[in-house]
Amino acid sequence: MSVLVYISTQAGKATNAGLEVASYASALQTGEVIALVAGDISGDGGLGAVGVSKVMHCADALTDNSQQSKLTKEAALSIGAKAVVFSGNSIGNSIAPRVAIAMNAGYVAGATGLPEGKTYTRNVFSGKATAHVQVTTETIVIAVTPNSFGIKNTGGSEAVVEAFSADVGEARVTLNGFTPTSSEGTVPLPEAIRVVSAGRGLKGPENWGIVEDLAKALGASTACSRPVGDMGWRPHHEHVGQTGITIRPDLYIACGISGAIQHLAGVNQSKVIVVINTDPEAPFFKAADYGIVGDVFEVLPKLTAAINAL
Amino acid sequence: MKLLVCISKAPDTTSRIAFTDGDKRFDESGVQFIVNPYDEWYALVRAIELVEQNGGSVTTITVGEASCDPIVRKALAIGATDAVRIDAIPTDSSQVARLIANYAKDQGYDIILGGKETIDNNSSAVPAMIAECLDLPYVALVTKLEMSGDEATLTAETTGGTNNLSVKGTFVMSATKGIAEQRIPNMRGIMSARTKQLQVVEASAVEISTQVDVFKLPPLKGDCVIVDADNPAELVRVLREEAKII
Ligand SMILES: Cc1cc2nc3c(=O)[nH]c(=O)nc-3n(C[C@H](O)[C@H](O)[C@H](O)COP(=O)(O)OP(=O)(O)OC[C@H]3O[C@@H](n4cnc5c(N)ncnc54)[C@H](O)[C@@H]3O)c2cc1C
Repeated sequence: MSVLVYISTQAGKATNAGLEVASYASALQTGEVIALVAGDISGDGGLGAVGVSKVMHCADALTDNSQQSKLTKEAALSIGAKAVVFSGNSIGNSIAPRVAIAMNAGYVAGATGLPEGKTYTRNVFSGKATAHVQVTTETIVIAVTPNSFGIKNTGGSEAVVEAFSADVGEARVTLNGFTPTSSEGTVPLPEAIRVVSAGRGLKGPENWGIVEDLAKALGASTACSRPVGDMGWRPHHEHVGQTGITIRPDLYIACGISGAIQHLAGVNQSKVIVVINTDPEAPFFKAADYGIVGDVFEVLPKLTAAINAL
Repeated sequence: MKLLVCISKAPDTTSRIAFTDGDKRFDESGVQFIVNPYDEWYALVRAIELVEQNGGSVTTITVGEASCDPIVRKALAIGATDAVRIDAIPTDSSQVARLIANYAKDQGYDIILGGKETIDNNSSAVPAMIAECLDLPYVALVTKLEMSGDEATLTAETTGGTNNLSVKGTFVMSATKGIAEQRIPNMRGIMSARTKQLQVVEASAVEISTQVDVFKLPPLKGDCVIVDADNPAELVRVLREEAKII
């Protein structure tokens, strides 16, 4: 049975989140993987290489999620898909639940891996526990947590691109403008593979240069603790934790962050956690893989230099 | 202006997470419950501000049993006009959304608001699902909301940036940080909350499409390896050779 996967593109290419969910859909091994793309695509957008055999392409870059939901439902019905896969990023989370209702499908939000039999694992209690959930409906909609599966090249050949359209009604939400949070080319925080994060230990916004230098050396995105966002030292969208963004990079470096439970909730699924803190009793060390007990103002420049020397 | 705010009961952020009934159910014993922060700090407070400016009412709606009443009273103390509780055990996002949509469908609300996500279930799904049930426009992750007549102007987070949007007529939205500031209820609010209406309505028949086999706690991290502060190059080496991460 074929699987439909909803893909966002940027400059004609599938985004990393898109490549990841296409990889996930291929690994489900339930049948042909068919991608739905609304908007720009050049060639097959890089989707053949991650196991997609066909791209259903709607040239209209829809911006209203009720239209995107209708388009997805019609595409799924037309190919008889019983599973529809989205990235659990902001875009996916605004469409996937609608599709689940529209198709009377059970919904798995934030799946963190492939199902075992019919059971999907998802994070709950802000990363403090996992729920192992079965869906009792025939049709299922899955949103996959960004960075939980990874991009897996299958070495597949170029996917066939076919035009697709459906009656999606009028847009009722008008998009008047888009402001990117990060400069062109940098990865959105939830998709970042490496993150350098800093807290109140940095003493003030004027000191962020050493954090940015380290991030640059590692090709990492920057993040911060909540007080740092609240005091306006850093933009709100960098705030990670229970009431901020949840991330799961391969590498998380926490600089001058105490490791309060609410902070840990958003970052504790990182593969490797490094903590740099002057206080050996800081709770963060208990959640870390590697630690340096030391002053960020001394350690960070040295660490950056050591990485640049590689 | 007639506003509906979905609020959910959530364990306090410092709660110890444990499970019971063969690890199929969250163990509520000894847990302090709060209004889900995104619902309270952001959706509810912005709704109250809009009604303070334009007149109208803010109704909160909760799917849950009587154990939710204290958090509903808290929302009333902060400034909601009245409250509805749909008497059912909340089991999954689509059940909760369908119950709320069934109740809201002929009530003529101008905006239905929820928080970005609950801090226990973390689905980010209920407001979008309500919108689909009622065939309404939906804006997720709203950080700014202004009304002029029946037109809303919104700023909303999306993947990689923020959107500036406008919507005419009834819509559903999820609120996140930036849209409002947390309010602490004052004595007058707490007193008046006692007499505000909390209407308990019977749940409509709704199917449940998922079932939790088991909850698990994540494995504990091993011991943290401490690297000498004077030798960060050693950290680079272990990250490269042991963790194989850079
Ligand atoms: C409902 C609720 C939700 C919350 N949600 C979040 C959330 O989502 N995210 C979040 O981050 N927080 C959240 N918090 C706040 C959280 O409880 C902590 O207060 C916060 O994470 C602390 O931030 P911090 O570590 O930057 O600051 P602090 O706790 O002040 O820690 C600063 C650390 O820096 C160290 N330090 C100081 N100087 C140096 C130096 N020169 N070199 C190295 N280290 C140094 C100190 O030893 C200390 O450990 C929430 C709180 C509540 C009540």
